[in-house]
Amino acid sequence: MAQIFHPSFNTLSRVSIFGAVFFLGAAVWGWDRLLRSPYNTQVNVAREQPVPFSHKHHVAGLGIDCRFCHTSVEESAFAGIPPTKTCMGCHSLVWKDAPMLEKIRESYRTDAPVEWVRVHDLPDFAYFDHSIHVSKGIGCTTCHGQVDEMPLTWRENTLNMDWCLSCHRDPEVFVRDRADVFSTEWRPDDVSAEERAELAERYHLESMTNCSVCHR
Amino acid sequence: MQQAAGNPRDLGPSVIGPGHDLGSVTDKITSIVLKRETPRGWWIGLGVCLSLAGVLLIAIVKLLADGVGVWGLNVPVGWGFAIINFVWWIGIGHAGTLISAILLLFRQEWRTSINRFAEAMTIFAVMCAGIFPLLHVGRPWLAYWLLPYPNTMALWPQFRSPLLWDVFAVSTYATVSLLFWYIGLIPDFATLRDRAKSKPFKVAYGMLALGWRGAARHWERYETAYLLLAGLATPLVVSVHTVVSFDFAVGIIPGWHATIMPPYFVAGAIYSGFAMVMTLAIPLRAVFGLKDFITMRHLQNMAKIILATDLIVAYGYAMEAFFAWYSGNKYESGMMWGRMVGPYWWAYWSLMLCNVAIPQLLWFKRVRSNVLVLFIICLIVNVGMWLERFVIVVTSLSRDFLPSSWDMYAGTKWDWMLYIGTIGLFGTLVFLFIRFLPMISIFEMRTLVPKSEAGTEASGFEEVE
Repeated sequence: MAQIFHPSFNTLSRVSIFGAVFFLGAAVWGWDRLLRSPYNTQVNVAREQPVPFSHKHHVAGLGIDCRFCHTSVEESAFAGIPPTKTCMGCHSLVWKDAPMLEKIRESYRTDAPVEWVRVHDLPDFAYFDHSIHVSKGIGCTTCHGQVDEMPLTWRENTLNMDWCLSCHRDPEVFVRDRADVFSTEWRPDDVSAEERAELAERYHLESMTNCSVCHR
Repeated sequence: MQQAAGNPRDLGPSVIGPGHDLGSVTDKITSIVLKRETPRGWWIGLGVCLSLAGVLLIAIVKLLADGVGVWGLNVPVGWGFAIINFVWWIGIGHAGTLISAILLLFRQEWRTSINRFAEAMTIFAVMCAGIFPLLHVGRPWLAYWLLPYPNTMALWPQFRSPLLWDVFAVSTYATVSLLFWYIGLIPDFATLRDRAKSKPFKVAYGMLALGWRGAARHWERYETAYLLLAGLATPLVVSVHTVVSFDFAVGIIPGWHATIMPPYFVAGAIYSGFAMVMTLAIPLRAVFGLKDFITMRHLQNMAKIILATDLIVAYGYAMEAFFAWYSGNKYESGMMWGRMVGPYWWAYWSLMLCNVAIPQLLWFKRVRSNVLVLFIICLIVNVGMWLERFVIVVTSLSRDFLPSSWDMYAGTKWDWMLYIGTIGLFGTLVFLFIRFLPMISIFEMRTLVPKSEAGTEASGFEEVE
């Protein structure tokens, strides 16, 4: 009887049968890596903005407090994007003719808001409230990173659910004194474990992992 | 096979018709697959089933486009057709595993000619069953969330939920059934490879045969693997439908929360599975002239299994009613009265007719030897088992603890299209299977050939059609 297959098919079939496990494993691993990569999460990827606003200049250079622009961070879910009027409070006097700021002046003249590119945008099925985090002693830099070192703003953390849970399961690790919430100089090592335990008790911190805490 | 003369246990007709030798068995079975011309009946049957499968496609597209709102589901009946059909199909699959695994381990040789297509039936039934929970999750493209895998949500599935146990039970079942079926097919693939005339078929069957040459070493490994898989599949006969019954038994709804559920579900699954095997076997043996291979002995044995499992199922119904009264629990008795005289009384009493009354005819030898009556009884059993799941799912949910939340349920036309569509898909797969794969295990049938001379005089059976 004539051969149907070339002898090399023996090797080919062995490799494909036994290799299938590894190919499949590699595919799953690769997919997982892709999902966690900056390509997908946009961590550390600086976003272009209509006007190249620099937090580094305004926060580290000029010492402006977060709340000067993000006015509602202590009272509401949304920290607030400042209206053009906030910019013009200074820039009608400082750099008032700079070409870079033309879009700001145009927005001020036409009363049409500047269309900033949002860097931190949670999906709508996740409920998030800035005010409760701030009043429980979770600082800006804990989630947003050292904004005072960002010329253009980027995302410091993935905003994935496992990242949320890393703190919600054990918030005591990240707590600081309420007085330091808006500080950009504060570093995690500034508080000892005992102090953190004491703060956690004072602010009634507890593990919050019930689904409906965030998915309401 | 105790059919030698003078044996006090006359088992009736033989498992293989008289006058067959090794060559004729092989010729007969391979010719169905390898002959050039396709019978016109096959084309008609496939056409009908494919059209119904098209209905399935339409129903799925509609569902994905508009959402589960197109189904008749609403509070309080949140399960409905999707779960009824899932349980119905999964149950049907069980006969295949029982025939292949348990009857193999018990050395019941009569299983040989029916195991192949019973296993195929299992796999196709599990495929049809799988469609329903996948669609019922609402967003089937996220169904992989049911699997425990490292993910960016830092979440694991809810291991305390029987619905998750279902995922593992059914996927294990599908995997083992597929492997079992495939391993059993390998020697037959080699036969087909050697007998095929055209190059594409030689290559296709050759690849599937995995280089089988029929060497002694091949057979030795084959026997080991087959026996190991049979051992693996045996607990699955019991475990899969036990886990499916937990979907109900773990819930606290009256009519669900009962310890009787697992055994009663397993018996029901085997019962409905054998009915489906008969529903397929009776027309197949007639159309393809296989009455020598699937003999009256097979049909009678299966009829006896159907009767035995039916008695277990009927005992289950009786115990449900008895404990509704004996427990003194007003919700239980309310549930039972609701089933008997409530708005779904027709479903309950049709169920009693189909599953308790009519199968009692199988006590009679004349009924067991009448192929047409057997076929009709099996169809009735299939309907009865669907009604059983309807009664369990719908009557219990529509009448729960709070009368203010009571409401009626009925499937919409999309529910019915999806259900009928899966029957079309099942039929399509069966038709493709019988045309392209040997529906009876060739090499196992060859082992029965020595029996064909000895066995036949003992039988006094005439086949009545």
